[in-house]
Amino acid sequence: MLMMVSSAMAQEAARDQRALTHSQIEWPSTTDVWEVATLRNYNTRLVVLSTSLLGIAAGLVGSFLLLRKRSLMGDALSHATLPGIGIAFAVMVAAGGTGKSLPGLLIGATISGVLGLLVMLAIRNTTRLRDDVAMGLVLSVFFGAGVAVLGVVQSIPEASAAGLERFIYGKTASVIKTDFYLISGVAAIIVIFSVVLRKEFTLLCFDEGFASSQGWPVLALDVALLGLVTAVTVIGLQTVGLILIIAFLITPPTAARFWTHSLPKMIILSALFGGMSGWLGASISALLARMPAGAVIVLVAGTVFLVSMIFAPERGVLPRWLRHRNLRREVNRQHLLRGAYEILEHEARSSGSDGSVINLPFSRSALLSKRTWSSRELGRILSTERAMGHIEHLDHAMLRLSEAGFGKAARITRNHRLWELYLVTHADIAPSHVDRDADMVEHVLEADLVRQLEEELRARDSWTPVPESPHEIPSPSAG
Amino acid sequence: MKFRHLLQVNAMNWTSFDTWIVIAGSLCALACALPGCFLVLRKMSMMGDAISHAVLPGLAVAFMVTGSRTSSAMFIGAAMGGVVTSVFTQWISKFGNVDRGAAMGIVFTTMFALGLILIVQAADHVDLDPGCVLYGAIELTPLDLVTIGGYQIPRTVIVVGAVMLLNLIVIVAFFKELKLSAFDAPLSDTLGFSSRFLHYLLMTMVAVTTVAAFEAVGSIIVIAMLIVPPATALLLTRRLVLVMLLSALVSILAATLGHVGALTVPRWFGFETTSTSGMMATAAGFLFSLAWLFSPSDGLVARWIGRHRDR
Repeated sequence: MLMMVSSAMAQEAARDQRALTHSQIEWPSTTDVWEVATLRNYNTRLVVLSTSLLGIAAGLVGSFLLLRKRSLMGDALSHATLPGIGIAFAVMVAAGGTGKSLPGLLIGATISGVLGLLVMLAIRNTTRLRDDVAMGLVLSVFFGAGVAVLGVVQSIPEASAAGLERFIYGKTASVIKTDFYLISGVAAIIVIFSVVLRKEFTLLCFDEGFASSQGWPVLALDVALLGLVTAVTVIGLQTVGLILIIAFLITPPTAARFWTHSLPKMIILSALFGGMSGWLGASISALLARMPAGAVIVLVAGTVFLVSMIFAPERGVLPRWLRHRNLRREVNRQHLLRGAYEILEHEARSSGSDGSVINLPFSRSALLSKRTWSSRELGRILSTERAMGHIEHLDHAMLRLSEAGFGKAARITRNHRLWELYLVTHADIAPSHVDRDADMVEHVLEADLVRQLEEELRARDSWTPVPESPHEIPSPSAG
Repeated sequence: MKFRHLLQVNAMNWTSFDTWIVIAGSLCALACALPGCFLVLRKMSMMGDAISHAVLPGLAVAFMVTGSRTSSAMFIGAAMGGVVTSVFTQWISKFGNVDRGAAMGIVFTTMFALGLILIVQAADHVDLDPGCVLYGAIELTPLDLVTIGGYQIPRTVIVVGAVMLLNLIVIVAFFKELKLSAFDAPLSDTLGFSSRFLHYLLMTMVAVTTVAAFEAVGSIIVIAMLIVPPATALLLTRRLVLVMLLSALVSILAATLGHVGALTVPRWFGFETTSTSGMMATAAGFLFSLAWLFSPSDGLVARWIGRHRDR
């Protein structure tokens, strides 16, 4: 069709270009916004309420689907409903009706959706093919069959079968009162079921083997969960369409996952996000012209996801990156101070005095050779340390620890040595390997643990304020 | 619906129209089945589905920017949509620690929604119909002819044939590397064949194929032919070269059967013809179910017999 229109549409395209620049989005007045927000308009009320309910139900069920790593099963399922819709329509017309009864069409959708699910499970269980192949296979073959069936059905004279297209892209504005009752009734049942069975579903998601060994009917639970998914998909067909209903099942739970590590919280958040996307999406679509509700809902959910992924404090990308960076900087600063302390220690020992470490100036190059950092990296770390008052620059090449910095360096070195000793004596790690192993944990040692280590080692009669290193430390010049 | 009328006239007897349709369908099916084998082996079967939905905003933007429906602009827009999907999916699953399937689902549904809104907003009386993208218009293939060397050849056949050749060349050139990285990605990495490069090579191949094919024949064929022929072949043999040959055979068979089915099957129920692309996908499913039942090694019947003989 693209090609057919392409020839005939040259002028029209030019007109569209004009139309595009001229027709800006008409912003609604505040009274309009108020009317939609307070659900004054009867039609808006039905649409907004039913999409919100749908969002809540999908958010609940989708959480379990996500945790079972089966998010795309909803995709396959929703595509598999198409042939059922077409056949149900044809059957109803053959039986003498108009074929437009929503419950009839949805029953057809349910039957072919369930059939698709069964085929999927059968392929997975009787062949070597994996989950994704089974899903893709059912999706494409059923959808293809659906397209073929619709192609036939559309030639039925009674079929203003344009009505069937709404199941692919959704047509929220067409919700009428009986549809609303159907959607909200099914959504309520879904919510009740997922709340009642939440413990069982949780078990199924996290440890299927354990569940079956404890005597839970794993297969029945699996079927129940997929049944709920089917129900959500089918009642969502009319409002958001079979392609976008998938987003309702996947996006809110994935967004919720970023905010928490606790399952009950995640499920509640997911239902909340789903409901919110439905509410906001339907409202926006009611306010602005030419905004298909299904698509707006998905975009709202997508925005919620994006914000969650970046900013959520628990698992968001940005907070995680910041935490990681702070830890890395902290580790670098501790390495710097320990390096400085070890240089002083080396000098104290080689100067032949009583061996006590004194806070003397030392050179920057000696510090540079302690670890594999580049001169620029070292400069960055040094400048933060100076800002914190731990290190003083005497001149371009010479540095000195401040009083506070010297104390801290001694403490950090002691922690490192304590941990090394502990690893050598208790964890049977060879002294030559202990440095690296200690490095990985020492920066997160807590005060409690340090005290405990001290006590352990004091009991072993090897305790000094800063214990000797169990391995040889390469002298600064050697590096 | 001009083309339906044409089909009614021609449906009774096979004409050169039908031959061209079958050729276009077969070439497209072949073009998909070849990279599809590796897609299936790499557990990424759903990628074709995701990309074919996600090209919509690319198409809409290309249309809005150029204001025309020329194939090249559309092709670039759609290809960018495909690449964006693949990259975003990778990022979300990597940086966000999200399950791959979920990441894919989020990306392609959001892109599709964006595409729908763009189309409705910018061009609501122009039929850049999302339906065309999904069902395609393979029935129109013989109407748009190009003359090459004195022969009149449908443009679609040339486009799809070129993509098929391109895929074939890439796969033959990188066969060893693709095979290794499909079965043992870490080994492939240590031997110096970056599995990431091969991943993106495959993704680009899928995106280009999807985009080239959707305009000509519809995404449904693409999604089906990426998965179903390789899956069928995998039930029949375990050698990769044989899998590829068999899936090529299955894809051609499915395309032929599909078109014949579109012309004949609806008549059994007293209807006119139906969508060829839908029927091609259905025919592929039919061939798969045959292999599922009767494969000598893995078929349900062979297994059943095996179980009973052991007893």
